[in-house]
Amino acid sequence: MKISPSKIISLLFFIFSGFYLYTAHQIQVFTFDENAAFNAKTFPIYLGYAGLIFSALYVLLPETRPSNVDLTVLDYKKTITLVILMILYGLTILRVGYFLSTSIFLVLSYIVLGERKWLWIFLLSFPFVAIFMYLLHGLLNIYLRDPFLQYIGVMG
Amino acid sequence: MIEGILIGLETAFSLKNLMMVMIGCFAGTIIGMLPGLGPMTAIALMIPITYGFEPSTGLILMAGVYYGAVFGGSTSSILINAPGIPGTVATSFDGYPMAQQGKAGKALAIAAYSSFAGGTIAAIFLLIAAPSLSKVSLAFRSPDYFGLMILGLTAVSAFSAKGHFLKAMMMVVLGLMLASVGQDTLSDIPRFTFQNMNLSDGISFVLVVMATFAMSEALTIIFKANDPTRVAKQISLSQLGSIKLNKVETKKMVTTIPRSSVLGFIIGVLPGAGSTIASFLAYGMERNFVDDEEKQKFGKGSVNGLAAPETANNAACSGSFVPLLTLGIPGSGTTAVMLGALLGFGIQPGPRLYQTNPEIFWSVIMSMYIGMVILLILNLPLIPYIARVLATPRTFLIPLILFFSVTGIYLMSFNNFDIYMMIGIAVVATILRLYDFPMPPLILAFVLGGLMEENLRRSLLISDGSWNFLWDRPLTIAILVLIIVIVAWQMIKTLKKQGK
Repeated sequence: MKISPSKIISLLFFIFSGFYLYTAHQIQVFTFDENAAFNAKTFPIYLGYAGLIFSALYVLLPETRPSNVDLTVLDYKKTITLVILMILYGLTILRVGYFLSTSIFLVLSYIVLGERKWLWIFLLSFPFVAIFMYLLHGLLNIYLRDPFLQYIGVMG
Repeated sequence: MIEGILIGLETAFSLKNLMMVMIGCFAGTIIGMLPGLGPMTAIALMIPITYGFEPSTGLILMAGVYYGAVFGGSTSSILINAPGIPGTVATSFDGYPMAQQGKAGKALAIAAYSSFAGGTIAAIFLLIAAPSLSKVSLAFRSPDYFGLMILGLTAVSAFSAKGHFLKAMMMVVLGLMLASVGQDTLSDIPRFTFQNMNLSDGISFVLVVMATFAMSEALTIIFKANDPTRVAKQISLSQLGSIKLNKVETKKMVTTIPRSSVLGFIIGVLPGAGSTIASFLAYGMERNFVDDEEKQKFGKGSVNGLAAPETANNAACSGSFVPLLTLGIPGSGTTAVMLGALLGFGIQPGPRLYQTNPEIFWSVIMSMYIGMVILLILNLPLIPYIARVLATPRTFLIPLILFFSVTGIYLMSFNNFDIYMMIGIAVVATILRLYDFPMPPLILAFVLGGLMEENLRRSLLISDGSWNFLWDRPLTIAILVLIIVIVAWQMIKTLKKQGK
């Protein structure tokens, strides 16, 4: 038996709803609130049941409009690389600083997506981020932590 | 009302706010023009910037972005047959054939004049309808609000899901589940935080919008190996022909615009219907109104066929502000994003907004009109230049969208955890989008989650834990009947398809 990806997603949502419902029941409410008409866990419990019902209906009922996706044409390599780059960007943004991490993220992303116009790659990374930072930091007074720029003495 | 209008005019016509409308229209046009990126993405990208502004200024900027994005969507529909937003799909039916006949300038002018006229008529309706509806909505109680929210979520799921009603309902539940993370508003009891301090304040609205729209749309373009700029590279974007209309064309528009405006506004007011349905209905209606000779031209470059959906989608945009401003309940994904932004400013839209924050209420309405004027006098002549954005390579476009998304959330929290959570939600949203799980119901549910729980809490406490509150008042019953009708209609549609 072949099960469609939409049904697999619905099945996962069913499991997730079950977990959500279990966690909702574990919410600690105040003793005087336990038998109240409404407490902190009432709404989440309803949501848990709603999730179970809708996902179960989707899994059990026949699909009227199945989503046809050709998995062979999807670009996994570039998408996964971009996601990894974003994670690394998130990892370095506080430690290295906004300027360097953002510029390097942009350069690497352009290259990963196949761009080879080096002048544009440069202009739309380091100078672009510098101007953007000036707008935020200099004009809008939004403080951006940047250990790298502090280290080289550009930022106070 | 006159006093309110004057306050609105004063606020909207301040130099700063005029600048914001111009910037908003311009930025919105550029983002809306890019296929795959709609008004929700455009507004989402603006939210972090607006948090530094006064509420009225921030809202004026977002309203400008909204209209600009709708206008930009029409431009890409006409020039490259790639609608930037679903609301402009019907525009491409006759706009693109006109462009192929060498009348791209004319098609863009018809779209701009129709949008302007539709928006103007709808703004007048809004001006009249909103204060009256505000007074009526004061009669609404918690059970009615709870019912209205369920109605809005059901309607959005029914209309926006394109036959995937159950998938949309799952997204509604997921949105509500995400909204339930964090401390309970009344008792401060932590829920679903798993002892993680980063989750105690809940998940940020901007984070969810950025992840499910801006970031996930960018990832989807890469994942599906789409190049939205491919067609744009094959045509000349600088030579679009004359934008002048002759008498016959003007006459055709004069008859089309009023009826499409009325239809668009009414559809826009209905929860969930929005500009897409308005534009398709207006196109269909116009086809029935015109003579046989004009009917033959539909789909081949008809002036009426282009003017009708363009008028209706702009009128619907104004109409969608009615439930937001009067009831505090958004009727569409885009107005849900705006509601989230309003809540971020500490403003609770609803019937009392008209009295408590008249400057916001009226300045938003006024700025809509100013936005229309700016789109007409500024964007139309500049279209040959702005249209070059369509040829921006995706190799530059996608990283810049990702950069703006990450920066947006970083500026709000200065926290790595939020960045990781945004990436995680974006990846899940990309997979869900691939299999037609719609995102607007999720956003609407996420925004309404807190309000819904609050109204259910009040209703249940008043009725001592009984669900009788659902049929205690005629108004609640009427709302309940509407919900049942929508669900039954969806079930009948599904059963009919299974029968085939």
